[in-house]
Amino acid sequence: MTAPAVPADGTQQQAPPPSRRKRTPRKVLNTFLWYASAVLMAAFIIVPIYLIFVSATTPADATYNYPKSLLPEGIDTDNIQKFVNASGVIDAFWRSVIAGVITVVLALGIGAPAGYAIARYVFRGRDGYRLVVLSTRAFPIVILSIPLAVTFRNFGIYDTVWGVALMHTALALPFAVLITSSVFVSIPRELEEAAQTLGCSPARAFLRVSLPLALPGLTAAAIFTWVLSWNDVFAAAVLTLRNPTLPARILTSLTQASLPWQFAAAFVMLVPSLIVIFIIRRYLLGLWGRVVK
Amino acid sequence: MTAHTVEYTGKRKRNWAPYILLAPSLLFLVFFFATPMASAFVLALQTPDGAWSLESIQTMVGDANFTRAISATLTLVIIVIPFQLALAMAMALVVNKRLKGTSLWLYIYVLPLAISELAAGIVWVSIFTQKGWLNSILETLGIVERGIIWQSAESYWTLIGIIVVAEMWRATSIMMIILVAGLQSIPDEYTEAAEVYGATLWQRVRRVIMPMLRPSLQVALILRIVLAIQVFATAIALAGTGLTVMSQQTIEWANDIDNDNVAAAWAGLMLLMSIIATIGVLWLLPVKDEQQV
Repeated sequence: MTAPAVPADGTQQQAPPPSRRKRTPRKVLNTFLWYASAVLMAAFIIVPIYLIFVSATTPADATYNYPKSLLPEGIDTDNIQKFVNASGVIDAFWRSVIAGVITVVLALGIGAPAGYAIARYVFRGRDGYRLVVLSTRAFPIVILSIPLAVTFRNFGIYDTVWGVALMHTALALPFAVLITSSVFVSIPRELEEAAQTLGCSPARAFLRVSLPLALPGLTAAAIFTWVLSWNDVFAAAVLTLRNPTLPARILTSLTQASLPWQFAAAFVMLVPSLIVIFIIRRYLLGLWGRVVK
Repeated sequence: MTAHTVEYTGKRKRNWAPYILLAPSLLFLVFFFATPMASAFVLALQTPDGAWSLESIQTMVGDANFTRAISATLTLVIIVIPFQLALAMAMALVVNKRLKGTSLWLYIYVLPLAISELAAGIVWVSIFTQKGWLNSILETLGIVERGIIWQSAESYWTLIGIIVVAEMWRATSIMMIILVAGLQSIPDEYTEAAEVYGATLWQRVRRVIMPMLRPSLQVALILRIVLAIQVFATAIALAGTGLTVMSQQTIEWANDIDNDNVAAAWAGLMLLMSIIATIGVLWLLPVKDEQQV
């Protein structure tokens, strides 16, 4: 980790690090086994994604053809069009998008100030608050949608995107607090203090110095929050009836739906997820790494 | 306000900024977390008319699906978690080994993190359906003569098996990323020293890595077990009515039977199981104070 006090050459002669040892056949085999397992596990993840893309783009009448060809015989968007044109799917899609956006605004609007507070201030109750947030994260939050459905009926927001978004905000808030606090921790507070000594008000120092630096991390947090909302099936199915989100809409016709319809549904749900994970890939480890503790 | 503050905290003036920043998130947690949690138990202890009674709990326990749902859920949890831990550990070790293309391996292994439970279930339907990818490959290779009916409602253990595979595909990444973050905090010198003295990979994992990884293991296990108790859409997509899980019963009572009280009883039961599981992990894997970061 840190540079050794003894000259590097001297220490290396005494105890050569394993990587500098001779290339024995055993070592070559070892390396080969590492790569082989890396590839095998990667295939386990990648191949099913590839297969659903092929399944979704296979013409409906060829779905039951047998044996299947692993290479797609052309891309056919018929299934996807049929799925999109099924009753209520487009509306459900937009509801999912909107519920996700409301969730992002609420979760970051409420969570980011808290994340900033635990990153920047030392105060009584800080550890207690962190503990509360950490334990809510490991809590079966979606089952709270059962009592919330009753409450929402009384307030007239049952079966609306607002109800769904409030539930999703509860789901995403612990993540939003922990992720934003890790983002703000990584920005040196000295920068803000320097701006203040140069005459900025604390608020202005935050807006002009810390916020721009935090923006990429906050964007990653927002995207992650959105996908939490986009993926939820259970809470959305409990909290909606005639105005479902996309996963809730798919769930209601899942048992009667034809296979091509199901494959197209999975395809439409998958594409945004894959785009999202691609955009935030650089932040994933940072987001989660610091979220751990 | 200021005068009051000074009086309240004695000599030193207390900085109220962090408390003001935390307030919105605490208020939100009270309204959308603590309140619904309490009202889940209240609902479970009431009849639909609002009278206090154990009727809802008795209805839940007396239902034909009660033991079915609990045993299927627990079976899934008990089988999935060890396999998933092993796979997550293998993936994390591969990422931490820093083979060529480390970030690519990490990116691939983390892909399912953004994939919804429902989409994941359908992805595996395309593989396990009777005219699906798995049977197609098995028949082409001549391993079986006629396709196996993986999704048969009659063979319980086959259904459990395919749900386990789908869950391992879908939900291993969250454990993996927590373990990777934990591994990165272990100095390389420790494992290298063990290697120099001839420790095999298994010995290194068992004697050096696992003990040092304990805080991460604890978090990963708690998060994953609590999520596994809520297994839902993968089971519905793959098994249909072949088996039933606890969250499926919860949603059936809430939506189809329209009895929020029995649904709340189910939710309360899942909550209790999650709490017991969390206490169990904390008890089996205690983390010493100095290990806590």
